[in-house]
Amino acid sequence: MSAALLQYLLAGLTLGAIYALVALGFSIIYNASHVINFAQGEFVMIGGMATVSFLGAGLPLAVAAALAVVVATLVGLALAKFAVEPARGASVVTLIIITIGASILLRGLATLVWDKKIHALPAFTGEDPIAIAGATIVPQSLWVIAAASAVFAILWWFFNRTLAGKAMLATSHNRLAAQLSGIGVRRVLLASFGMSAALGALAGILIAPITFTSWDAGVMLGLKGFAAAMLGGIGSGPGAVLGGLALGLAESLAAGYVSSAYKDVIAFAILLAVLVFMPGGLLGARAAERV
Amino acid sequence: MRIASLARTAAGLFAGLAAAFAAPGAQAQEPIRIGAFLAVTGPAAFLGDPEQKTLELYIEKLNAAGGVLGRKLALVSYDTAGDAEKARTFAKRLIEQDKVDVIVGGTTTGETMAVVPMVEQAEIPFISLAGAVVIVEPVKKWVFKTPHTDRMACEKIFADMTSRGARRIALISGSGGFDKSMRAQCLAAAKGRGIEIVADESYGPGDKDMTVQLTKIKNTAGVQAVLNAGFGEGPAIVTRNYRQLGIAAPLYQSHGVASKEYIKLSGAAAEGVRLPAAALLIAESLPDSDPQKKVVLAYKREYESRFNSEVSTFGGHAYDGLMLAVEAMKKAGTTEKTKVRDALQSIRGWMGTAGVFNLSPTDHMGLDLSAFRMLEVRKGAWTEVK
Amino acid sequence: MLALAAALALLPLVFANNYHYEVAILVGLNAIIAVGLNLLIGYAGQISLGHAGFFGVGAYGSAILSARYGWPQLAALAASTALTAALAYAVGRPILRLKGHYLAMATLGLGVIVSIVIATEDRLTGGPDGMGVPPLAAFGAALSGERAWYALVAALLVLSVWLALNLIESPHGRALRALHGSEVAAEAIGIDSARHKVLAFVLSAVFASVAGSLTAHYSGFITPSRVTFLHSIELVTMVVFGGMASTFGAVVGAALLTGLPQLLTVLKEYEMVVFGAVLMATMIFFPKGLVPSLAAAARRFAR
Repeated sequence: MSAALLQYLLAGLTLGAIYALVALGFSIIYNASHVINFAQGEFVMIGGMATVSFLGAGLPLAVAAALAVVVATLVGLALAKFAVEPARGASVVTLIIITIGASILLRGLATLVWDKKIHALPAFTGEDPIAIAGATIVPQSLWVIAAASAVFAILWWFFNRTLAGKAMLATSHNRLAAQLSGIGVRRVLLASFGMSAALGALAGILIAPITFTSWDAGVMLGLKGFAAAMLGGIGSGPGAVLGGLALGLAESLAAGYVSSAYKDVIAFAILLAVLVFMPGGLLGARAAERV
Repeated sequence: MRIASLARTAAGLFAGLAAAFAAPGAQAQEPIRIGAFLAVTGPAAFLGDPEQKTLELYIEKLNAAGGVLGRKLALVSYDTAGDAEKARTFAKRLIEQDKVDVIVGGTTTGETMAVVPMVEQAEIPFISLAGAVVIVEPVKKWVFKTPHTDRMACEKIFADMTSRGARRIALISGSGGFDKSMRAQCLAAAKGRGIEIVADESYGPGDKDMTVQLTKIKNTAGVQAVLNAGFGEGPAIVTRNYRQLGIAAPLYQSHGVASKEYIKLSGAAAEGVRLPAAALLIAESLPDSDPQKKVVLAYKREYESRFNSEVSTFGGHAYDGLMLAVEAMKKAGTTEKTKVRDALQSIRGWMGTAGVFNLSPTDHMGLDLSAFRMLEVRKGAWTEVK
Repeated sequence: MLALAAALALLPLVFANNYHYEVAILVGLNAIIAVGLNLLIGYAGQISLGHAGFFGVGAYGSAILSARYGWPQLAALAASTALTAALAYAVGRPILRLKGHYLAMATLGLGVIVSIVIATEDRLTGGPDGMGVPPLAAFGAALSGERAWYALVAALLVLSVWLALNLIESPHGRALRALHGSEVAAEAIGIDSARHKVLAFVLSAVFASVAGSLTAHYSGFITPSRVTFLHSIELVTMVVFGGMASTFGAVVGAALLTGLPQLLTVLKEYEMVVFGAVLMATMIFFPKGLVPSLAAAARRFAR
């Protein structure tokens, strides 16, 4: 394997892990409520920006990060409680517009509470690149990849081995049946937004040393995360990870071997082709909509 | 929450309606109306934000000092979010409804060019704060601009590269308007200067990793220097990835990142990076004999003490635009548009934050290459390369 | 219908200056897109997050053919409309088999692809800084001035609404509504759902394309900022805000979403927060959109 190819793969892997973390947030909320949350990218932004401001207030990085996750989780819970729950039963597009409204609102609040500048967080463990067979990777990328793997493992355990996780999955399969068997479906909705927001914030903190953060950092991340979630099959955890990695690798390989100007076009064209031949995404087992 | 947001909405709507339909009343001591449309939000917000702040600050200061021509100044400004279509509508609003005397604004080239036909038709002096050379070449009767052009930046950078013996260079640029315009200018400017562009890569808006593009550049044989045209977070990511890959050739950035923010974001990776910029960035370290020192130091202190944030050359462009307009009005002794325009294009030897302006009917920017300094990042600070 | 025509005819009485005409023209052009998009979203029940792409093909098709190749403007408009229709048909056939969010994703991807191509091919399109567009001219006379444009756009809006209303009452419209209710049931009674969905998709794309061509000529300048996915989302928001499956709702939605930023701009740094809050509150309290929800409330009150 040439050093250049290895470099492209490392870049794609880093990007893919970022996209996968955002995509997992989309899938968790979708599973609990069949809502596509277009404000998911804003959770990522809040994670990064809140950490920056707590850090600026003199707190140590770990404390600042933990507080930022708490802030994002509260925002997520508020979004579920005051915006999504009152609109229960509204059509798919109406719910999409509500979350789009929320994303605009949160971006506006971010410019008021914080500022319109771009910020960086310090890398967790130094910035000296690590050489691997002629290619290089920064330590922070390893943090992102490791964290994405850990999050995925924890989520798998939660949804498959714990009662609360199984209750959330059951709600996604059949809301009425879940309710009849005593599952608090409203709590499930709240829990899914809280988890998703915390996950998004975590992603925002992890990537801020590499990609920086700013009040509008969530827009493109949200778009790519949504694409990754759909590519893998919305609602599927392994699908979100696979979709994220596939999208990240498609972008970096397209930039490396075809054209850096058209890498996103190539990535989206692949996405379209996959959807045409596999209408439920790569790992989407069941039809997206019931009759 | 519901009630509060509804109340705020209602209040906003009424205020908006009132503002939208209230025609400016005719009074004896009408203020001079300065119109502005800036990208205060959106992807170019870090350009538009300091511009807006600078205009507010200096109009306040001018008014405190008694105004201009015995009249107060009033600022009417709109946020375009960098959208050219919005810029056009707001420019129409400034001209038709707010009846401003002069327009300062247009953060980006797209916004500026979308407004040019309307301004030419309405015959109102318009000072743009955007970079591309197309704004003033060919010369348009009513359109001026204060920042250096992207072509000048290319020339300055190529001259510095040549002096270091670099003739085979690689380009990496963003996909925004500033980036692509500068890339085109550099491709054109390279031809007559014996510079050969051997690699030409680009990255998209919001891209998070440029190691792939830089790996391609690294693997291109004989690259002696690399130039990154872009602004915002992209160039900082390029700089970090550049060091990560350990590329030895010198890296040049454009004047689009001429602020302390760039060094902060790039960290140690910025060390040794060069870029052309106005003297504003090195105000304190200028020798006292430097004719620019007084102006740039005053602006820097004023801005930084008021807003508690680092000065940038972008806000400086707005300072130059506003002050040139004021200078022209004083010179013309009136706000009558044709006379102000004529006065504007006869301003010579006027010192701004970007350098000495020598305007003429054939040069609506008036800056030359001497206004540009070649700076290098040393120990985390801008230092002039002599 | 007549009320709309009368309102459009009387509106200029309250216009104080050309800026008011400008906003009205932009509202009209957006309303044409929203009326078309409503056929797809409101009646056929299919989401598209890519209509800014069709708007862009129309706008840039007209701009490039007339500015770079010297085509007569009407010929350029016709050619770019035909191109849009062909593109919508070619893409619509495979992707309209997708459902719900997957269709949203596919159309979003299509829009993103169109916008990147436009921003990248700068020799043709002028790149991100945009390109100039000659004024609309036909039979040797150029259309200029806000008043003339207002008359044209108002007439076209009335025509669009008339077309949409007729279409909805036609067998095709009934078929669309049937498959919005239940696609399986519609197919069971012999409705070719694929054909009807594709037709609605192509029609809505054509509305967007024509409005795009006209916007380009009216503005005299076009940049890719109007072709991004954010603009696609704005267009869908107009339809949903005003009211799905209500043609007049689409017009109201376009008027509010175009006019609101012009009013809210006086709030400066609070603009985004207020706009987001208004959007959310409206959709939470009027989930079917303003016009249908208010109409239902009025009916309940009358009873």
